[in-house]
Amino acid sequence: MKPTTILRLAGAVAFLCLAEANAFAAQTNVAVAANFTDAAKEIAAVFHQKTGHEAVLSFGSSGQFYSQIMQDAPFQIFLSADNERPKKLVDDGLGVAESRFTYAVGKLVLWSKTPDLVKGEETLKTASFAKLSICNPVAAPYGAAAVEAMKSLKVYDTLQPKFVEGANITQAFQFVQTGNAELGFVALSQLTGNDSGSRWLVPQRLYTPILQEAVLLKKGASNEAATAFITFLKGPEARAIIEKYGYEVGEQS
Amino acid sequence: MDGLSGEIWQPVRLTIELAAITTVILLIVGTPIAWWLARSKAWWKEGVASIVALPLVLPPTVLGFYLLVVLGPDGPGGLLASLWGGRTIAFTFQGLVVGSVLYSMPFVVQPIRNAFAAIGDRPLEVAATLRASPRRAFWTVAIPLARPGFLAGAVLGFAHTVGEFGIVLMIGGNIPGKTKVLSVAIFDYVETSQWREANILAGGMAVFAFAVILTMTLIEKRVARINA
Repeated sequence: MKPTTILRLAGAVAFLCLAEANAFAAQTNVAVAANFTDAAKEIAAVFHQKTGHEAVLSFGSSGQFYSQIMQDAPFQIFLSADNERPKKLVDDGLGVAESRFTYAVGKLVLWSKTPDLVKGEETLKTASFAKLSICNPVAAPYGAAAVEAMKSLKVYDTLQPKFVEGANITQAFQFVQTGNAELGFVALSQLTGNDSGSRWLVPQRLYTPILQEAVLLKKGASNEAATAFITFLKGPEARAIIEKYGYEVGEQS
Repeated sequence: MDGLSGEIWQPVRLTIELAAITTVILLIVGTPIAWWLARSKAWWKEGVASIVALPLVLPPTVLGFYLLVVLGPDGPGGLLASLWGGRTIAFTFQGLVVGSVLYSMPFVVQPIRNAFAAIGDRPLEVAATLRASPRRAFWTVAIPLARPGFLAGAVLGFAHTVGEFGIVLMIGGNIPGKTKVLSVAIFDYVETSQWREANILAGGMAVFAFAVILTMTLIEKRVARINA
């Protein structure tokens, strides 16, 4: 390697280190369940405007994040799509107990890009389609809710061979969006601002409410940006955004 | 262990099937391409070589994304699927074969091309003076001489298909017995905190990878000895 190249590399490394150190002061890493992607982005943008802190968002399935946090992933906040995993994290001593709260109640939708394909539960009962997209029911709460709803309607066994599984709700949505699956169970939040195709809002009586809980992780307990983000998430501005994306919000805290 | 072994072996079997079929197709399709790349004097041949080599550089997500669109109902894949009343080639074993063939192509073509190139003109010219037709010379001279290249290509193509993950995740749909191959099964086990199963499969993969690399090294050594 030529000396000038080495110098240049060293310069780049030094620059990156500085940038890192600068940003560190008011930054928090947030693991966000995939269904909450759009809402979280908007909340993070307003959060940044109001507080100057920056929330760095990662998106994935709740199960994936749970495994990663158990393995010491550098997340400071976890916005799960369920209430079990945050509870388990607190039990395991990785989450701050009193920080848990329901930030959103998720709604399950059966959606197709094809107009008139989805009419209601009879669509599932007649089952005249080849592929039904869901997300991994073990790793993703919306997948579990979809399975529960199909079991309530007693169509699970007949539909099961038609399942295609996304690793998370974003992928389940994408299978339907690209038309590779005719229809699929997605989160209502994913259809915000999208009037296309046909849809059926799955009645709440068919599945256990998807209580999406946030938890402050021990890694973020002393981080100013992290605690500020949790507070912001409970506030009226964030709640308005969450409602806009088709969630119900829990009682005012 | 018994209850679990069925569930564990299914992805293993599926992966081996996928890799074997992909390797056979690649040897059939890849050999003429490799031959042409090694022998042709066309000025645009390195362009073709670069296209074949694209998967070496492209993230699997790029291929996965394109395949999802191309195999789907709005692409040629959907048209093909409609022949048997289907709607898409995504989420099928055949779809995975298409993806794997594209993805593993450079790993098969490259070693065969190199082997063909290493033969040089001389043996083929000699064959011609002995009145062997070009076709006969190809089968009786070029192919046997390039055998280590075929071996290396087959091993690498097989191994690389076994190790494929991103594309399968994107176009597979995680269907047990059809598209849930080893790498996806491991991902699944880790995501759902079933670490014992993940450990068994991941450990097996590590041993397999070691065996592949060792085999490749031994093949190379042998080739070096033959050439020396």
